[in-house]
Amino acid sequence: MFRWFHKLASTRNFYRLAEILSPWLAVLCALLLGVGIFLGLFVAPTDYEQGESYRIIYVHVPSAWLSMFVYMVMAFCSLLVLVWKMKLADIVAEVSAPIGASFTFLALATGSLWGKPMWGTWWEWDARLTSELILLFIYIGYMALRASIDNPSSRARAAAILALVGVVNIPIIHFSVDWWNTLHQPASIMKFDTPSIHPSMLLPLLLSALGFTVFYFVVMLMKTRTVVIERESKSAWVRERIAENRL
Amino acid sequence: MSEFFAMGGYAAYVWPSFALTFIVMAANLYLAVRRRKKVIAKLKRDINHAEPGR
Repeated sequence: MFRWFHKLASTRNFYRLAEILSPWLAVLCALLLGVGIFLGLFVAPTDYEQGESYRIIYVHVPSAWLSMFVYMVMAFCSLLVLVWKMKLADIVAEVSAPIGASFTFLALATGSLWGKPMWGTWWEWDARLTSELILLFIYIGYMALRASIDNPSSRARAAAILALVGVVNIPIIHFSVDWWNTLHQPASIMKFDTPSIHPSMLLPLLLSALGFTVFYFVVMLMKTRTVVIERESKSAWVRERIAENRL
Repeated sequence: MSEFFAMGGYAAYVWPSFALTFIVMAANLYLAVRRRKKVIAKLKRDINHAEPGR
């Protein structure tokens, strides 16, 4: 296990693995999103309370899920940075932040577009909405912090500490609908008894959420590969690949 | 078909949500591809500069 971990931590091995995986992930992503969104728009039945407006769920819930998932990846990477000074983990955290921020924005925007017809308001300072907005600010703060420190090793450490402190917000977002009386509806999928949503509505949602997750990996791997060759442009393996024109 | 686009009267909320999702995903992908192309072009320039004839 530990040897495997060390091997993957080498940027060269990571680059090779990402190179092999990426095309497959891209195809998988297109399939999941294509089928998920198609089923969500055309096949899933109309909701008896919300009519057709509920179909926003097929982009809203996956982006909200991704906003938290990407943060957890960043937090995990930050731990690796602090404990083992793993450079690759620092790169993954760095390139993940803008992706996470953009999907946090998307979760807020689609939520707003869903809230207007259903709750009669674009915005409400309730616990779920506010904690998700704080997540957006944490992402922005994280990126600003990285941009403001020139020394790579202190940048990696400071950013990792910020990411780990910010992780307290994730359970707050998740449990906000149980802890406080919110306008936002409680969980319908991520709960311990059976989901309170019909399979014909649930399946497109799961496919879409999985598609969003794979999309993150496609973009994250591409950006990580870019930063790896940029940082290691002097190393033999990168130079060899440039010369042979196979980056 | 026009019934589909009307989304039961919620078209003004449903379609912008899907359009915004498309824009966010396309922008993420575009920026990643652009950065990668830029870096590769720069690395190629550098190596050709350092070792002419290669």
